[in-house]
Amino acid sequence: MKVRRRTFIKAAGLTALSVAGGKAVAQRYDAESWLSTGGLKAKRWAMVIDLRKCNEQHGCTDCINACHHTHNVPKFEDRKHEIKWVWKDSFEHAFIEQENEHIPEELKRSHVLMLCNHCDNPPCVSVCPTQSTWKREEDGIVMMDWHRCIGCRYCVVACPYGSRSFNWVDPREHISEINPDFPTRTKGVVEKCTFCEERLAKGKLPACVEACRKRFAGGEDTTPALIFGDLEDPNSEVRQLLKANFTIRRKPGLGTEPEVYYIV
Amino acid sequence: MYDSGKIISGLIIFLIIATAPIWYTAASGGTTKGPEPEIITTEKQCVRDTDYMRHDHMELLNEWRDQVVRGDDRVYTTASGRKFEKSLSNTCMSCHPNKSEFCDRCHNYMGVDPYCWSCHIEPKGGSR
Repeated sequence: MKVRRRTFIKAAGLTALSVAGGKAVAQRYDAESWLSTGGLKAKRWAMVIDLRKCNEQHGCTDCINACHHTHNVPKFEDRKHEIKWVWKDSFEHAFIEQENEHIPEELKRSHVLMLCNHCDNPPCVSVCPTQSTWKREEDGIVMMDWHRCIGCRYCVVACPYGSRSFNWVDPREHISEINPDFPTRTKGVVEKCTFCEERLAKGKLPACVEACRKRFAGGEDTTPALIFGDLEDPNSEVRQLLKANFTIRRKPGLGTEPEVYYIV
Repeated sequence: MYDSGKIISGLIIFLIIATAPIWYTAASGGTTKGPEPEIITTEKQCVRDTDYMRHDHMELLNEWRDQVVRGDDRVYTTASGRKFEKSLSNTCMSCHPNKSEFCDRCHNYMGVDPYCWSCHIEPKGGSR
């Protein structure tokens, strides 16, 4: 009996990535099953953000809220202290190389969701003197080891996307509701999005993607604005979307090879 | 010897003051025993044996930290074959949520101040 169940869960894990629009993928795992089956695996994690869909949900911040709650990201009134994992900014700030003046009005006014691009060629990694940030060879995630960060902030300067934030003060007092399952950071440490590697390891999709799925689950079109998957798998949802749509990336001319793609 | 009375009585007073903490503890019925961390779990067996955990838990935690963060290796299999998540907050503290009676008692006695808790979160309501 045990083997059968295990086979089922393994199959469920594999389909989790390949089945498009599969609802509540994470629920197929029970709380402890990842201990024996392992989590979600890919050769190259990547994300596609459908800006058209995202902007249809005027002012939605579900993904940001989910991420910041899951990872105990503090909220500061003073923008000098701001800590960002996922955030929104104007189109012209996000895509400074797209300088065409007469683009569609709705695009000009749109808000672009941004996060760490988990670059194939990450400049933050080359400058880190303690290797507290590095690119995971098996799936391309640009990781952080907060135990090792000495707070030199070279990576903050090196990242061309503003994806890294430094804790100038103790963040604990600025977290409204602490999630006990995830650590906070401490003063003097840099932090950023990790593509929810701790959730992937337990068979769950990233918190932002899950929140976006929930948002779209009730509607006519259940395909969410955030799609996450394996770029090396030609049958994955991200590859299908990249094939079917024209996508842009932030500052591609720098050669960092960002792995977050935008459908405009 | 000049002023022998003063010198000897001075020495005696000095010795009494210097050894006062010992006399004080002995007189007030205090103990020179080590700390006694309070174990409140109903589990019979830790992930390693008690002797190892007592002396080397910090080594195990350091190994777990490196394996999880840097190696994405999160499952610890005990000698008896049980599987656990390599996690201070989720595994260790689920049996030992009473940080102040468990962790702190020895740490305070030894005068060590591990900085785990500046980031990792102490379970709520664990202390009695």
